[in-house]
Amino acid sequence: MTDILLIIFAITLVFMSIANRLGTYVNILFLQGLLLFGISFIELKEINTLNLAFILLETVIFKTIAVPFFMRYVIKRNKITREAEPYLPNFVSLVIVTSIIILTYLLSKTIQDPLLNKIYFVVALSALFTGLYIIMTRRKVITHVMGYLVIENGVFILSIAVGSEIPMLINTGILLDLFVSIFLLGIFINKIGDVLKDVDVGQLKQLKD
Amino acid sequence: MIIAYIVISFLIGVALFVNRNRIINYSLVSLFSVLQWVFILYLYHHRGQDATGYFNADSLAILMLITSGIIIPPAFYYSYIYFKIKKDQPRERGMYFSAMVVLAAAISAAYLANHIALMWVFVELTTLSAAALVYHRRNVRSLEGTWKYFFVSSISITLVFIGILFLTIALQQEGFTDLTYPALKKNASSLNGFWLRLTFIFIFTGYTAKMGLVPMHTVGIDAKDKAPSPAGALFSSIVMNMGFVGIFRVYEIISRTPLKEWADTILLVSAVLSIFVAAVYMMSVKNMKRMFAYSSIEHMGIAMLGIAAGGIGYYAALLHLVLHAITKSSLFFQMGQVYRIYNSKSLYDTGNYLKYNLTGAMVILLAFICGTAMPPSGLFVTEFMIFRSLFESHHFIFLAVILLLLTMIIWAFGKSIFRLLFTPAAGFNEAGMGKINPFESVPQLILLGAVIYLGINPPVQLVELINESVKYISY
Repeated sequence: MTDILLIIFAITLVFMSIANRLGTYVNILFLQGLLLFGISFIELKEINTLNLAFILLETVIFKTIAVPFFMRYVIKRNKITREAEPYLPNFVSLVIVTSIIILTYLLSKTIQDPLLNKIYFVVALSALFTGLYIIMTRRKVITHVMGYLVIENGVFILSIAVGSEIPMLINTGILLDLFVSIFLLGIFINKIGDVLKDVDVGQLKQLKD
Repeated sequence: MIIAYIVISFLIGVALFVNRNRIINYSLVSLFSVLQWVFILYLYHHRGQDATGYFNADSLAILMLITSGIIIPPAFYYSYIYFKIKKDQPRERGMYFSAMVVLAAAISAAYLANHIALMWVFVELTTLSAAALVYHRRNVRSLEGTWKYFFVSSISITLVFIGILFLTIALQQEGFTDLTYPALKKNASSLNGFWLRLTFIFIFTGYTAKMGLVPMHTVGIDAKDKAPSPAGALFSSIVMNMGFVGIFRVYEIISRTPLKEWADTILLVSAVLSIFVAAVYMMSVKNMKRMFAYSSIEHMGIAMLGIAAGGIGYYAALLHLVLHAITKSSLFFQMGQVYRIYNSKSLYDTGNYLKYNLTGAMVILLAFICGTAMPPSGLFVTEFMIFRSLFESHHFIFLAVILLLLTMIIWAFGKSIFRLLFTPAAGFNEAGMGKINPFESVPQLILLGAVIYLGINPPVQLVELINESVKYISY
């Protein structure tokens, strides 16, 4: 069951690489949040109730509801145009993201580890590199934040693979990190929206040598 | 004691944030400086190597804490001058000092953290407080600098977290769960090489954003440029040292495994590339603060060379970090005065500094001599030792390349510094020039004197601290 969910997650990554509208990106993030909820619900039954409740809270409330809602609010408030404006054509993005997934799969073939479920490793690393790729090839600042969220989702999958060994303290750290970073990034986008008329990276190029 | 220190510091930070009164502001800041030193002296006398708790005052942490204790009080002093001249709003002043106190406390906690994930949390906290300092001026450019700093730092800190997860996987295979540094060092040799490699690569890449090495070196440049000078001084000294501590503690774990040589190669390549990048940019950059920032990247590269080469290089690298922090912070403090005279950081608008501010020019000249590691600077001694360790470990080609690059750096640095000091400034109106009290430069001169003294005649306690810090890897 988790395998199916993880494969759907990988497909969302491919879909993200060819998405044109910002709204589609937000929907994909929403779907990824749901998938993460399903995966953690199935996978983490053995850990104690408090910890489980905490993780479920993180996926449902935070990743599935709060972040997409906040993203929509930011897009609407700053009147950001709907196009994602990639630097590269969609076909190239599709090829690159697919090859990222294939390469991480080949890398996972070299691991000799009976305890680790390799599909987690493949999907998590694919999400990491896809996120970095989206950050590199999109013009708008808000798509950079979305790429960062994809990276965070990948990290979350990896931390589920590590399993129940992570103590509460680190969990708190993850949530703190997510919470603070996403909301501060949002605030900055709002600030940038106040100062600059159209929010894309082209206007953030004054500092250079 | 450490928990109490963190709690009190954060309370002081909150109090500074809500307070609007100038007198209370300054007394709280002074209180924090005193607290910092009391805390350092207490830890120095109670230091232990193998604690099991979340915090541990080992020699490396104490060494870096003492360095930060030397740099933070002058940073407060120059911030005070900055606000006296600028006549800023009380709200902004409160936010600035609050962010600075929280930054200093979070850095101290990150030095002392004994648990790899706890260190990660505090490094994250330094990103937040540093972003507040970079954004202090609230214009488009500082917004851009803050955005870049914050975004790239967030990604790099995520990379560190992924590294920690890989380490957890490696530990689980062997049935360990303890993530404290002493336990990791003890169990390192039984861990799986594949996961350890991934751990090292991810954590190293993540912390290079803080330390200022290739590949994530770009983060710090904009931050040091856009933040006020005293904050820039902190970014290029104690924040960079924090990145080093993060890398060094993982390196210690790797150093007792068969992967040591592989890790050394990574450090060496990253260090040489850093020096190369610094040399290329220093030749062309016209903004002096950015130039100092690139010079910091060069020095971090040199320190990493010492770690990669081993032998006497370990000792020299740590001493190099301490001395570089003191030198570079005094240079940044002086930059505040330069900016007050010319209202510009560009080389095109400045010149004849010797005529307008004699003591300041002395500081610049002395800091140039110290920063480019000419005798009698302490950095000369450490760089000499690092080159010797490279020679002894048979890295002749690297040594030749580095010496060539360093020559270029000295030439580029010298060209700009002498232009600032001696050539007349084009179109500069002397009438509207700010006045500088010569006594303002005294703390900078004391810091630079310390660089020379500590390099030539390091006190026994300092040598002892450094030797204890590298004891584990140099066996």
